[in-house]
Amino acid sequence: MGKKLLLEHIDVPGIQSLNVYRQKGGYETLKKALTSMTPEQIVEEVKTSGLRGRGGAGFPTGMKWSFLAKPEGVPRYLVCNADESEPGTFKDRYLMEKIPHILIEGMIVSSFALGANTSYIYIRGEYFYVARILENAIAEAYEAGLLGKNIMGSGYDLDLYVQIGAGAYICGEETALLESLEGKRGNPRIKPPFPAIAGLYGCPTVVNNVETIAAVVPIVKDGGAAYAQIGIGKSTGTKLISASGHLNKPGVYEIELGLPVEEFIYSEEYCGGIKNGKQLKAVVAGGSSVPILPAHLILKTAAGEPRLMSYEGLADGGFATGTMLGSGGFIAMDEDSSIVKNLWTFSRFYHHESCGQCSPCREGTGWMEKILHKILHGHGTLADVDLLWDIQSKIEGKTICPLGDAAAWPVASAIRHFRNEFEEYVKQGHSIKDVKHYYRLNHLPEPVN
Amino acid sequence: MEKKYEFSPETMAVVQKMMGRYPEGKQKSALLPVLHLAQAEFDGWLSAEAMDYVAQVLNITPIEVYEVASFYSMYNLKPVGKCLLEVCRTSSCWLMGSEDIVNHIEKKLGIKDGETTKDGQFTLKTVECLGSCGTAPMLQCGADFYENLTLEKVDNLLDNLRKDGERRTYIKDQKVNMD
Repeated sequence: MGKKLLLEHIDVPGIQSLNVYRQKGGYETLKKALTSMTPEQIVEEVKTSGLRGRGGAGFPTGMKWSFLAKPEGVPRYLVCNADESEPGTFKDRYLMEKIPHILIEGMIVSSFALGANTSYIYIRGEYFYVARILENAIAEAYEAGLLGKNIMGSGYDLDLYVQIGAGAYICGEETALLESLEGKRGNPRIKPPFPAIAGLYGCPTVVNNVETIAAVVPIVKDGGAAYAQIGIGKSTGTKLISASGHLNKPGVYEIELGLPVEEFIYSEEYCGGIKNGKQLKAVVAGGSSVPILPAHLILKTAAGEPRLMSYEGLADGGFATGTMLGSGGFIAMDEDSSIVKNLWTFSRFYHHESCGQCSPCREGTGWMEKILHKILHGHGTLADVDLLWDIQSKIEGKTICPLGDAAAWPVASAIRHFRNEFEEYVKQGHSIKDVKHYYRLNHLPEPVN
Repeated sequence: MEKKYEFSPETMAVVQKMMGRYPEGKQKSALLPVLHLAQAEFDGWLSAEAMDYVAQVLNITPIEVYEVASFYSMYNLKPVGKCLLEVCRTSSCWLMGSEDIVNHIEKKLGIKDGETTKDGQFTLKTVECLGSCGTAPMLQCGADFYENLTLEKVDNLLDNLRKDGERRTYIKDQKVNMD
């Protein structure tokens, strides 16, 4: 049984409420932070913990915090990124819905560490009902003197607000999120300056994912060194994984980083294997943006070692044979799944969500969607597959924000590992009737047993 | 008679409170949440007049409202039915059969994606990932998530929504039974 830091009390009845959360030791960490630690000491603990951003980029949180500018007389802000929109990812929603106070506590501790007196939780508009759960939790915290003026008699003041978005994937990008929070279109900003220097309203700002901020609670509670003991190498601590697709037990799991992928998919403790006794064909391991891998490469690295669920483990082999941990959105596809059609749903998604600022992304995502649609419906040519490759290569790295890369990588990886399937669609042409259940395992270069 | 665009006193109080969340002079920050309130109060969509009214409330120019309203997918710039059925169509939902759900609704209601039934009860819209991948396929109606859908559950849901007859908005939980 893996160690649980965030979801330990998830099944306790009433854990949504402040009372039950406090009975389980909730807000003791806040007390510790406010009464016995300086902000600098908290930042040090987070650095020591090795915690890395859980939203997808994996940037060391302590380092991000230490970049925050502290000019005199200028307010600083902490903004929680609860815009969770990466296809395949639903862990933040689960955490906020089931145990909202761990996020609130993390927000207060982190705001104290950063010297922020006003903080915002920016949540995607579709999660309106979750925003209400958070607002109720915040109201309870105000009532108990855990928010507002002079928190726990420490002299520290903090106001915390929930801000609701309105349906735009791009607002998960931190500068687009800040634009949106200022009441504008979610167009990512050109960097530098980074938000740590000029963020919300031009003031120094830290933007962190929900899970990252929640993880600050166990780090401050037990110390950064204890957190760093968990996990493997530079992938310290635990990670929430959103498991979906053709799995017997989809859902949110907290894993210790370093868990073998095979155990995660097949053991009863986690996903319990592939649905309907089918075989695994492919996995998108970290949300729609990361490269898709065929079963043999997700279970074992190119060197034949068991593949581990960690930042380094999933990236082993680079993009040639590896992928990324990303946001932890783990989508499993069984033997009947069409890689080309799944890719089309991704490309349609990125086309829909491109903010339109940069031509390569605005135009390229649309072209890729159209070409994939053409191939899927039996009108494609072999040259179209090369054209797809060409377009994605001209989007990657040529845009203001990483949405361009995120749109390119799934296309590149699908062609890299499943080119034969694209070609099969082209060869079959109009005879393809049911694209959904067309492909089986024998099209794989190395069928999995 | 010309429709009057004005928030109820209760909504106006919410708007005023909301504007207090931001620093002095940054009231524009309230735009996204206020547009949600406007959409809920003005029949589920944002007409040019409704947007002009929001601009006036926040003391910003109308174009600042139009550019935001047209950017975000949750704002409806055309009238929609009382129940906007937003069916997720991205990867995990597609793998678990969202196409069957969409086809079924289209057939049952006699409308295509993006259309509204003649009686103004339902609008069907396919949308991108709603963060419900582990409980796919799913649809959202108003604030409520309906998950692990089957064709039978969709039938029950549509019947119960029709019976209920209320307009669904993001502002209010109004979940109906579908099992």
